[in-house]
Amino acid sequence: MTSTAADRAREAVETVYRTESRRVLATLIRLLGDFEIAEEALHDAFIAAVEQWQNEGVPDNPRAWLVSAGRFKAIDKIRRRVRFDASLKEIAHHLDEAAPEPDDEGVEDDQLRLIFTCCHPALPSDAQIALTLREVCGLTTEEIARAFLSAAPALAQRIVRAKAKIRDARIPYEVPSREQLPERLDSVLRVVYLVYNEGYSASSGAALTRQDLSGEAIRLGRLLLQLLPESEVMGLLGLMLLNESRRAARATPAGELILLDEQDRSLWNREQIEEGTTLVERAFRSGQIGVYALQAAITAVHAQAREAAATDWAEIVGLYDLLLRVDPSPVIELNRAVAVAMRDGPRAGLGLVDGILSRGELADYHLAHAARADLCRRLGQKDEARGSYLRALSLTRQEPERRFLERRLAELKA
Amino acid sequence: MKYLCLICAEKVMEQMSKADADRHYQDYAEFTDNIKRGGHFIGGNRLKPPSEAITVRVRNGKVTTTDGPFAETKEQFGGYYLIDAKDLNEAIQVAAQIPGAWVGCVEIRPIADDPQTRALGLDSAPR
Repeated sequence: MTSTAADRAREAVETVYRTESRRVLATLIRLLGDFEIAEEALHDAFIAAVEQWQNEGVPDNPRAWLVSAGRFKAIDKIRRRVRFDASLKEIAHHLDEAAPEPDDEGVEDDQLRLIFTCCHPALPSDAQIALTLREVCGLTTEEIARAFLSAAPALAQRIVRAKAKIRDARIPYEVPSREQLPERLDSVLRVVYLVYNEGYSASSGAALTRQDLSGEAIRLGRLLLQLLPESEVMGLLGLMLLNESRRAARATPAGELILLDEQDRSLWNREQIEEGTTLVERAFRSGQIGVYALQAAITAVHAQAREAAATDWAEIVGLYDLLLRVDPSPVIELNRAVAVAMRDGPRAGLGLVDGILSRGELADYHLAHAARADLCRRLGQKDEARGSYLRALSLTRQEPERRFLERRLAELKA
Repeated sequence: MKYLCLICAEKVMEQMSKADADRHYQDYAEFTDNIKRGGHFIGGNRLKPPSEAITVRVRNGKVTTTDGPFAETKEQFGGYYLIDAKDLNEAIQVAAQIPGAWVGCVEIRPIADDPQTRALGLDSAPR
């Protein structure tokens, strides 16, 4: 055996790991009926691959090879352990029942099963996110902890607890039935969008964006669309791509926030805009228009305008009206009010914003006060504007956002 | 697998108008009949209102009792079903049909089924 053969095998294993490990894991979880055992089996299968592929060459179907190697290793281990640990009996029983030869059929279903299980509504929201990034995307616990600015041990704890709940409460490894699908899909889409937003606009801390997380969310969106071409999946992927298209334009190199109307639109990523817009159109053609497709459509209208002044605000107000009907919320009302201000002038917008604020629901939402401040500024009501900027400033936790508001305050004094 | 479905609501039957209580009773009769036929029913009971409750604590060998339930919440336990379901999703489907879920909520708790718990000999319900 030459070292080059060993190198080639190692390289092949690494490539296969990148492209196949999550799919292999998804299938092993189904065959073995347990997350922890499946992860161990995945690890063992890749160790076996490094050893065997350099002698025997890379098999024709590496995924099937890995699934079957992982399964045999796990069965071996469990049989040996069952003698000491009676709680493994059920797993051993499950193994005997499971289909002996894994085939390619249903492998994609396994990935969907994994996604739906990680995003099961019985799990707390932060655990759903951590588990999805860990199991579906293959991020390490350390990577996830870093991305969410949390401590790795605490995050690991959360993942362990979630897996225990899956096992103990017996959360099934299945794609929900047709009648349950809309509700369960909502929970999956919410997780993907939370991951995206955490990457697009970090909720706290110094960095305005954490691109890796957004990239993972878009990858998840693509995977989901491939597995489950539902209208809202198209809407969400479109929305993420359209937001993503503005990444290069939304902050200065120093990390200062640049608002939509002041962005250099030549920096917008045309390819992402085109892909996102096409997805929105596909979603609309399906006849079932949900919240993600509507938000994506609004973003697409912005994307179509070559300059801020050319924005079709009437179209945007109309889309917000639809959105409010599907998903009434004060934040959407606020966004609609800003769009109305652009269509009919700041006075019309201010009336709406004050109406929303007077109901108290958004009293602690910094963007509501920032929007009010901006409208007052445009109307020349400096004192009112200053008060609202200060209020917004006291509520935001995000560093670039703070600096932006401070700049606006300074401009008022000038 | 067994799950306990704890029914929580703001009102138990004793606190309802006669017409509502009758209707509610009828809904429960139908539901119970359904899950018996579906093979999910293991057991279940309706609880007397929290005003009938007494809470017991023993500290340093001394028994103290206080009237009322141990949790002062607006929602109160009104009853429970012990069900058999193949997994949590099936348990959710069954629990969603409990009439109490339409006005209050139902908490689903998996029943522990480890060797240690089994050794306690708690489970008397034949399966």
